[in-house]
Amino acid sequence: MALPNALRRVRGGAVHFGIVAMFTVFAAFPFYWMLITTFKRTSDLMNRGNNPFVYNEPPTLEHLKVLFFETMYGRWLWNTALVGAVVVAITLLLAIPAGYALARLTGRWGEQLGIGIFLTYLIPPTLLFIPMSRVIADLGLQDSIWSLVLVYPSFTIPFCTWLMMGFFKAIPRDLEEAAMIDGHSRFGAFVKIVIPISMAGILTVVIFTLTLVMQEFVYALTFISAVSQMTVSVGVPTFLVHGDVYFWGSLMAGSFIASVPIAILYNFFVDRFIAGFTVGAIK
Amino acid sequence: MATVETRDIRKHFGDVRAVDGVDLSTQEGELLVLLGPSGCGKTTLLRMIAGLEKPTGGQILIGGQVVNELPPRDRKIAMVFQSYALYPHMTVFNNIAFPLKAQGVPKEAIPQKVEWAASLFGIERLVHRKPRELSGGERQRVALARALVREPAVFLFDEPLSNLDAKLRASARDELKQFQRRIGTTSIYVTHDQVEAMGLGDRIAVMQLGKVRQIGTAQDVYDEPADTFVGAFLGSPPMNLVERDDHILGFRPEQFFPREAFGHADRVVTLPFRVTRVEYLGADRLLYGILGSPFPEAKVVAKLPWTITAPVEPGERYSFAVHEKELKFFDKATGLRTGPRPI
Repeated sequence: MALPNALRRVRGGAVHFGIVAMFTVFAAFPFYWMLITTFKRTSDLMNRGNNPFVYNEPPTLEHLKVLFFETMYGRWLWNTALVGAVVVAITLLLAIPAGYALARLTGRWGEQLGIGIFLTYLIPPTLLFIPMSRVIADLGLQDSIWSLVLVYPSFTIPFCTWLMMGFFKAIPRDLEEAAMIDGHSRFGAFVKIVIPISMAGILTVVIFTLTLVMQEFVYALTFISAVSQMTVSVGVPTFLVHGDVYFWGSLMAGSFIASVPIAILYNFFVDRFIAGFTVGAIK
Repeated sequence: MATVETRDIRKHFGDVRAVDGVDLSTQEGELLVLLGPSGCGKTTLLRMIAGLEKPTGGQILIGGQVVNELPPRDRKIAMVFQSYALYPHMTVFNNIAFPLKAQGVPKEAIPQKVEWAASLFGIERLVHRKPRELSGGERQRVALARALVREPAVFLFDEPLSNLDAKLRASARDELKQFQRRIGTTSIYVTHDQVEAMGLGDRIAVMQLGKVRQIGTAQDVYDEPADTFVGAFLGSPPMNLVERDDHILGFRPEQFFPREAFGHADRVVTLPFRVTRVEYLGADRLLYGILGSPFPEAKVVAKLPWTITAPVEPGERYSFAVHEKELKFFDKATGLRTGPRPI
């Protein structure tokens, strides 16, 4: 028997809502967990009889105090932001021209070369950190955030070059040629026409690079042992886990604070970000 | 104002000779159409004139100056692309102003020039819109305005009408012609559409396989085709070509009528014609069929205007005829036009 239309629509809406709600909870739960743990008293956290999803005792700022005054968390945040900004700048500076060159100027070799460059991204840092550490030592960069600034582009540039290549390929050549006839050199056409049209791709590169830098652990752990030079991803687990004692409240606070800027960035630009990843996929 | 000349211009992509030794010369202020099937090299030739493609050999002259080594921006040309190539992130105003800014026109002079160009194409209302908010016809006008605004010495058009629907195309063609007449700038126009070519061109260069087969007015290339390719490429349906002995006999479907449609005094050649199929197209009737002896069994088409009402049935034999002077003769080996042969 066919259901009446109205009923069917309600049922369809409910299914739709159910699925969306499920994914929302799935995505938001880690944030919720980090947030409530940040302000929970340790005794509340450790009591197995308590409901873990709510506050059973009054909230506290104790964990934040530990994080900011008993560790160098502020300094780590700053280091992370600085490394992030410099790596983003280096990545943009190299990946944009490289992607453009691969998309436009190298003919049939461009695509092969693009795939080759992308493949280097797949070599895991766990394989590379040993030879890299020799390079860093030879350059005298150990225990300095500049070691990370040097090494991180080795995995951000290949991927971002490949990403930008897809983007530039999707831009009709006519546009650049029109700009060249209208009075610009190829470089002028690139700056005036190609770059503005590729803003979504450039934004994707920025967000992607920032995310990679903030979550990177292996290089940061092996190259840096000076506390003042650590990034969040290394400093937080190193100083808030003492043997088998976990400072859960401060750990969660440290993770939460670091993840908020990225979450905000994603939220603002999610549409463009997705466009950035799918462009060039269908031709 | 300037003329464009190419001297033995060539472009090879590997083994493919996209343009194979073209000598072409426009006259001052004329609209020259490059016409040919896709892949004949017409767009490559245009792109070489624009400076977007580097010739393998030969010379290009604009206004008497060899421009082979000049970048596109220094050739005093403007080009309208098939896709229009409007800058999607700019408003119509900024699109039109773009070449002016690029050439360093003083800021104060720009709005006035943009307004002038926009008014020529009746798009003043649209200057604050983005290209994606425009219809196909409006986009085309913006592209024309952008090309015009810098007052180039030569206009290059790369199939600018092919993205418009059929109805709009006819009116756009008319406007384009009027526009070109009014400004009188030398123009080169690439198309694969023969109607467009014949309607627009002061002269038409018919191209095939990278070579110019014939260049002349619409009437020249249609009435006096230089070879079988030109004869068969122009006209709808194309010229009937009948192989006989050492030559090929050509005649147009619209000049192939029942014998009784001609006067008795007319000097005609009569051809037996067995009709196999009749298409009624309103203004015309198309008769498909086969020639009978003494001619070889060749498929030919006749196009009868509505004024000829003689009943024609499929499967029947009729006596059709062509004016003697309308018969063209081509060499069988080369396809080139030759003098008349005895029938």
